[in-house]
Amino acid sequence: MSTPGSASWEPTVAQAIIDELKSKPGALLPILHAIQDRFTYIPDDAVSLIAPALKLSRAEVHGVISFYHHFRTREPGRHVVEICRAEACQAQGARALEAHAKAALGVDYHQTTADRTVTLEPVYCLGNCACGPSVRVGDEIHAGVDAQRFDELVDALKTDRLEVQ
Amino acid sequence: MAYRVYVPSDTTAKALGADRLAASIDALAHEMGDPLEIRRNGTRALYWLEPLIEVDTPEGRYGFGPVKERDLESLFAVEFWKGEVDHPLALGLVEEIPYLKRQQRLTFARAGVIDPLSLDDYKAHGGYRGLDNALALEPQVIVDAVKESGLRGRGGAAFPTGIKWQTVLNAPADQKYIVCNADEGDSGTFADRLVMECDPFMLIEGMTIAGLAVGATQGYIYLRSEYPLAQKNLNAAIETAYANNLLGENILGSGQRFDLEVRLGAGAYICGEETSLLESLEGKRGLVRAKPPLPAIVGLFGKPTVVNNVLSLAAVPFILDRGAKAYADCGMGRSRGTLPFQLAGNVKQGGLVELAFGPTLRELMFEFGGGTRNGRALRAVQVGGPLGAYLPESQWDTPLDYEAFAKIGAVLGHGGVVMFDDTVDMGEQARFSMEFCVAESCGKCTPCRIGSTRGVEVIDRIRAGENVEGNLELLSDLCETMVDGSLCAMGGMTPFPVQSAMKHFGEDFVKHTSDAQALAEEA
Repeated sequence: MSTPGSASWEPTVAQAIIDELKSKPGALLPILHAIQDRFTYIPDDAVSLIAPALKLSRAEVHGVISFYHHFRTREPGRHVVEICRAEACQAQGARALEAHAKAALGVDYHQTTADRTVTLEPVYCLGNCACGPSVRVGDEIHAGVDAQRFDELVDALKTDRLEVQ
Repeated sequence: MAYRVYVPSDTTAKALGADRLAASIDALAHEMGDPLEIRRNGTRALYWLEPLIEVDTPEGRYGFGPVKERDLESLFAVEFWKGEVDHPLALGLVEEIPYLKRQQRLTFARAGVIDPLSLDDYKAHGGYRGLDNALALEPQVIVDAVKESGLRGRGGAAFPTGIKWQTVLNAPADQKYIVCNADEGDSGTFADRLVMECDPFMLIEGMTIAGLAVGATQGYIYLRSEYPLAQKNLNAAIETAYANNLLGENILGSGQRFDLEVRLGAGAYICGEETSLLESLEGKRGLVRAKPPLPAIVGLFGKPTVVNNVLSLAAVPFILDRGAKAYADCGMGRSRGTLPFQLAGNVKQGGLVELAFGPTLRELMFEFGGGTRNGRALRAVQVGGPLGAYLPESQWDTPLDYEAFAKIGAVLGHGGVVMFDDTVDMGEQARFSMEFCVAESCGKCTPCRIGSTRGVEVIDRIRAGENVEGNLELLSDLCETMVDGSLCAMGGMTPFPVQSAMKHFGEDFVKHTSDAQALAEEA
C-alpha cells in the first residue's frame, strides 16, 4: 500500500504476484490487493490471469472486484484523495468540505481531474473521528481539513507533479 | 545522560503533524549536541491535546500539548525536557490530567505509554503474563476464566465471549480458527485502531490465548483497508512475535502451535458482520450467511471458528493475567468489565474514555467531552455507529450499559459517541442513514437492498413537502419491514437512526413545509 504503484501493465509481473499468493487459503482478496497496489488498478487482463489460477470463472472474479469499493478497474489519477463522508466528520463540517472539493476539482466522486492529478473518492470513516473532517491521500491521513486546508493539500499534489517532471 | 522525549505516533497524532514535529525536535536537539532521546509512543488518545509531547522525569511523565512547530522555540527556551517548567502548553504530570485520571484503563493501560513495536516495553508493562499462565492451563480452565470474567463481545452485539469459546471448544474438528474482526467501520469509533496501532502485542497475545483455549492453530486478523498504519504495526509486531517464539509451531517451548496473519478488507462496511467477514476471508463477495449454523460450528472454510472483535480479544490477556474476578469487579449489572467509549464528532475534548459501565451519557459528553467544540448547543447524539439511534437531550441521562440502552431502543454498540450541535438537520441525517445502507448493503436480502433505496426516495419526498402525511406513514412502514425482515443488522438496524430522528426531531423533516404537525402524530 505504501509504495505507489505503476500503471504500466506487465503480465509477467502480475503472473508472478498471482503465483506467489495463489496457494493461500482464500487467496483472491490478497491477490487483488497485490495487483492493485502494483498497478494502481485491476486491469481486465489481470482478471484473465487470476481466474484460471484460482479455478474460478472470470465472472466470479469480476463479481468480487465489483463488490468491494476499494478495488477499481480503471486507472486512477496520480493521487487518490478520499474524503470521509461518515457521521463524525459530518458533525464537523464534512458536507461543506465535500461540496467544496467537488467544485474546486471540477469532478464528482469516482472521477479524475482533467489533468489526471487527482481521483476523488468517498470513504466511510478513517478512524480519525475526534479531529475531522478527515481526508486520506495515499497512506497519509489529514485532520481538521476545511476548504482552505483542502486547497493547500491539492496544491501540494500538483506541485509534486512539477518536481517530478 | 540524554533526556527522554515521547512523540505520539498513532494515525490521529500523525494527521495533526506528529511526524514533522518529531523530526523538528530531533533537528533542534542535534544542534544542541543531542541532549534528547526521542521515542515514539502510541497515543493516550486525549485528542484535543495532540500532538501531546511527553518527557520522562523521576516524578513521572510530564506533558505538553497541543504542540505546533511554532511552539518548539519557546519549549526549547524553557528546557521543556526537565518536565516541571513554566510554559503555556505545560500540562503537568500526564497521568494526573483529570480526563485520564478518572478513567479505568484496563485494556488501554499501555496505550500511549509504551513504544507499540517494542516487545520489551510490552513485557515490562505486564505483557505476555497472561499467555504464560494460559500455557500451563487446560483449555477448559481458560474458557471458564473468560466466562467468569463476564466479558461480552465488544463489537456491538455483546454476546458472552466465554459461551462462544465453549461452543468452539466443544466442536470436534481437525482444524479450527480464531478470527479477529478488525473491520472497525462504525463512524465515531477508533478503539480497535488504537489497540492495533498502540499496543499490537496485546491483540496477538489475546488471539494466541484464544487459540490455546479452543484448540485453534490458525488465526486471521481481518483488518479494514482504511487503516494503513494499523496494518503496518500489526505486521511488524507479528514478525517480532514469530522471531521470539510467541507465535509459530512451538510457542515458548510448549509444543503448542498458533499461526497468525493479517488479511485486508477492501472498503465494505458489511464485512464487519461476522458471516460476511468469513465469506470475504474465503475470497468471496461479502454476502451475509443465514444463521444457523453459527460460525462457532460452521465458520471459516466450514470449520468451527471463534469470531471476536479486537477489544474482546484484547481484554483476554488481562483476564488471564490478573484473574477473571479482577475484570468482573468492574462494571454493573450484566455489563462487566470496562467499555472504551470514544468521543467524536463536534466535541471539545474528543478521545478515548475507558470506563467501567455505569456513568450516564451526559456525564461522558460533558464531564469528559466538555460539550461541543464550537461552543454551540448540543442537539443530537448518535451512539453505537451508523446503525445506532440518535438520542435527544431527554435521553442523555441513560446509564451507559447494554441493558439500559436497549430499554430506550438504543444501542451502545462499539462505544462510539458522535455529537452534533444545533445546526444539524436531522432530516438530512436520516436520509444519510438510508443512503449509507444503499451503498453498503450486501444485496442478499430484499428489505435491506431495496428498502434502503426506497427509504432515500421517500425521505426526499417528505423533505420536498410532497404528500407529507402519506409519505411519513410509508416511511414508518418501510422501517418496520426492514427491522423485521432483514437478514442481518445492516438492514435490521438502519431504521434505528431514521426512526429516532422521526420521533425526536420530527420538525426537521418537515421544516420546508407547513405540515409540521403531521410527523409528531405519526411518530
